Amino acid sequence: MAARKSQYQDRIQILQGTLDMLILQTLQWAPRHGYALSKAIRTNSGEIIRVDTGSLYPALRRLERKGWIAAEWKASDQGPRVRVYRLTRIGRRQLIPQRSHWKHLTAAIAGILDPANARSAP
Amino acid sequence: MSWAFWNWGRRRSRRNRELKEEIQSHLALAERDALDSGRTQSEARSAARREFGNRTLVEEATRDSWGGRWLSDLLQDLRIGARMLLRNPGFSLLAVLCLTLGIGANAAVFSWIEGVLLRPYPLVAHQDRMSALVGTLRGGDRDDMSWLDFQDLQRRSNLADAVIAEKIAGATLSIGDRAEKAMGSVVSANYFSALGLHMALGRGFEPEENTGRNAHPVVVISYQLWQERYHGDPAIIGKTQRLNNVPHTIIGVAPQGFYGTFVGYAWQFWVPISMQQTFDYSGAYKLEDRGARWIEGFVVARPGVSRQQLQQELSAIAARLEAEYPETNRGRGVQLYPLWETPFNNAGALGPTLVIALSIVMFVLLIACANVGNLLLVRASSRRHEMTLRLALGAGRARLLKQVITEGLILSGLAAAAGLVLAWWCRNLLVHLLPPRGTPFRLAGQLDWRVFALTAGVCIFATVLFALVPALQSSRAQITDALRSESSGVVGGRGKTWFRSTLVVVQVSLSFLLLVGAGLVLRSLNRLRTASPGFSTAQVVTTSFTFAPFGYDAARARNFEDDLLARVQALPGVESASWSRSVPFTFLSYSSAPIAVDGYQPPRDQQPTANFSEVSPGYFSTMGIPLLSGRDFTRSDDENAQPVAIVNELMVQKYWRGADPIGQRLQSNGKWLQVIGVARLSKYFNFMEAPQAFFYVPLRQNFGMLASLEIRTATPPQAMTTLLAREIRALDQSLPVYEAIPMREVVNRSMAAPQVAVTLLTVFGSLALVLSAIGLYAVMSYAVSQGTRELGLRMALGARAPDLLRMVVGRGLALTGGGVVLGAAAAFGSTRLLGYLLYQVSPRDPFVFGAAFAVMTIVALVSTILPAWRATRIDPVRALQS
Repeated sequence: MAARKSQYQDRIQILQGTLDMLILQTLQWAPRHGYALSKAIRTNSGEIIRVDTGSLYPALRRLERKGWIAAEWKASDQGPRVRVYRLTRIGRRQLIPQRSHWKHLTAAIAGILDPANARSAP
Repeated sequence: MSWAFWNWGRRRSRRNRELKEEIQSHLALAERDALDSGRTQSEARSAARREFGNRTLVEEATRDSWGGRWLSDLLQDLRIGARMLLRNPGFSLLAVLCLTLGIGANAAVFSWIEGVLLRPYPLVAHQDRMSALVGTLRGGDRDDMSWLDFQDLQRRSNLADAVIAEKIAGATLSIGDRAEKAMGSVVSANYFSALGLHMALGRGFEPEENTGRNAHPVVVISYQLWQERYHGDPAIIGKTQRLNNVPHTIIGVAPQGFYGTFVGYAWQFWVPISMQQTFDYSGAYKLEDRGARWIEGFVVARPGVSRQQLQQELSAIAARLEAEYPETNRGRGVQLYPLWETPFNNAGALGPTLVIALSIVMFVLLIACANVGNLLLVRASSRRHEMTLRLALGAGRARLLKQVITEGLILSGLAAAAGLVLAWWCRNLLVHLLPPRGTPFRLAGQLDWRVFALTAGVCIFATVLFALVPALQSSRAQITDALRSESSGVVGGRGKTWFRSTLVVVQVSLSFLLLVGAGLVLRSLNRLRTASPGFSTAQVVTTSFTFAPFGYDAARARNFEDDLLARVQALPGVESASWSRSVPFTFLSYSSAPIAVDGYQPPRDQQPTANFSEVSPGYFSTMGIPLLSGRDFTRSDDENAQPVAIVNELMVQKYWRGADPIGQRLQSNGKWLQVIGVARLSKYFNFMEAPQAFFYVPLRQNFGMLASLEIRTATPPQAMTTLLAREIRALDQSLPVYEAIPMREVVNRSMAAPQVAVTLLTVFGSLALVLSAIGLYAVMSYAVSQGTRELGLRMALGARAPDLLRMVVGRGLALTGGGVVLGAAAAFGSTRLLGYLLYQVSPRDPFVFGAAFAVMTIVALVSTILPAWRATRIDPVRALQS
């Protein structure tokens, strides 16, 4: 039990920054509940990124505690009550640095993977 | 605090509920999507579940992101721990009981040390900066100080916040025609302000009340006196009270809970130093005489000033005074003592005893911890399945360890709470251990935050001691062990049995050590009780007189003494009677004088001194001190006759080398005396003193205003007091009459320290013995219950009940024997620490060691016989089938 949990924790650590950005990015257009969020990320990434629930919910709680997103219980049209998350103003402000941070990161990773290309890039 | 905690818990459970609901809705939505894509209901459900993953893990991971995990873990541990302990109430009760005795004994001794040695004066501020101040003589002897020196110290010191002068003063307190002895002190006017006290009523002393001969007859009374004698009269301030026959105005009532600054007593009144003469035994006026030394005191250092720094400064001032006043101050210095070594009250006397008590209760605690550790070990093996199961289910080893430690903390926490209650009950125990006295006695333990903190420390220390080993053992548990059942032998010790046996051996050795200690002091006290101090303790009563405050001068006092002696001797049943300055074994010390003897050449740089007493004719026969040669004093040895002396045996040996001294000369204080007799050596101050040179001079030739009357009579003391009162009243209505006390009681009072030690050692020693007996019993019972198979096998193979009995008891005795050997070795090396308490008993007294051995053996037999008997009742068939 302990071993498996630490696996989860590892994954959260690796994905943390990325997952946070994905959540913020996805919430940018409309408030969503957890299930919708995971579905949206999956669809938007062309079925490539599957967000693990064991990462998603801790990330949501973390972002909520930071005040970047806010949650509200709402009745869903399909029946059960759902907890809907929306981006707060602070959260929206985080989007820009998060995105530029991500661009730097991908450029850096691209540089590591393909040094010649990266050096010639402007 | 608890509200915040409750709130935190409520928020937490709400968040838990929300998370569960959110996951529920997540699953429901996913299931609906799956249904929409054309799967069956059950397929959809399992697909949604599969997709979601392990719900519990998701919940836990999410909960972790909330923080405060340790707290919820702790709560869980506490809950589980409490449940485990409740499931085994017998075990828990026994463990808590053992620990309560161990921790409670420690807390009690801590509180005594705090209340008697470290912070002995309730309500007094800055006790940590207070030191006791006494004068010294060259060569290190201690002396009191003069008021003029005291004032100079106070004026010239920059490092002292306050220098407080104090002198114990017994006084006659008269209300109506009733006279009582009251205890109080003469103090410098800064007393109450320097101690940071706020009066319950009225005021403390003003600086001008330091000055003027008997100019300020004012008194501050204790809260207790106010309540008891004046029934809490709210209009008490301004009323007058006769003290030593002088009307004093009551100006203040000391705060409730303040008992003065003399460890051992509760003072009833305080008067300013200007009233010195009124309260002096001899009636002398000493405030303007630098040579008159009578004060003891305290110094309060400025914040941040160490005792060493202050000592240096005060010594420098004393040295300057020595240069300025050579005729009075030559060779005189001052010495500071921490409060717990205060030489002029009971702190110094009780200190070593309390330190011994502290080490004893540490032993008791160790024994208790060994017991609980043993119990936990027993339980740990029965909980092995539980622990392995939890390990298999993924609990971290650290978590398991924490769980076991938490259980230990619950046990010792409960025990600490109970122990503190025990200490609270025992806080006044010390007073009851002491022989009764006329004056209000006070030796209270103090339970303050320091004692609490220390007790908490002991509690944690104990937990680590008793819980860690079983904890490590259970965390070492292997999952593969789960199905393997443990069975250990009764005879052969191995593995945990070995460890448990070691614990028992340690317990037995500590108990043996304490038994020996208790035996030694008990034997010593018995010796003391039957020992002869060299004077009669039976059929002699004594009472004391103070003449000075009642308008007597020396001539009138002499007449009174003669008249009263004649009247007392004429009383029926009185064999003889005499006067003396003081009787042996009282706190009034004898006079001491530098001496010289014709033909005796002292070693260079040495001034022989000897104590002496002033006695009337008939003293020796009344006190039952035999005269070995020569004659007693007679009435004609008076102020007009040749000064004479009677010396004791030791003086003869020391200064006349055993030759007959009668007719020889002895110089005392520069005056030549003719030796007329030799008295048998006796004890003068207490039983423990080394034989000392001592001599007697006629009271008439050295008259003082302080006197004791000794009466040899078969009349009971109570009746004698009444008879005596009648005779005194016939001579003088105003003179207070005190109780006639048997000499036996005077002697008993001097045995306070050994008595306290005896009681403490006996109580704690028995405690240790009981605890070790429990330990031995537990280990033997466990060995028998675990070794059922082996015992059954032995029976099946033909062992008979007596064989098994012998086997089990033999093992118990072997453990005991090991413990006794260890304990005896420890006792052999350490009992000399009790030396100061031992009277005519060797610290290695073979009788005591033998008795301790016998007691230990009997206890071991008793505690192994029941498990052994149970072993013989084992049904071999069932034992082998199980």
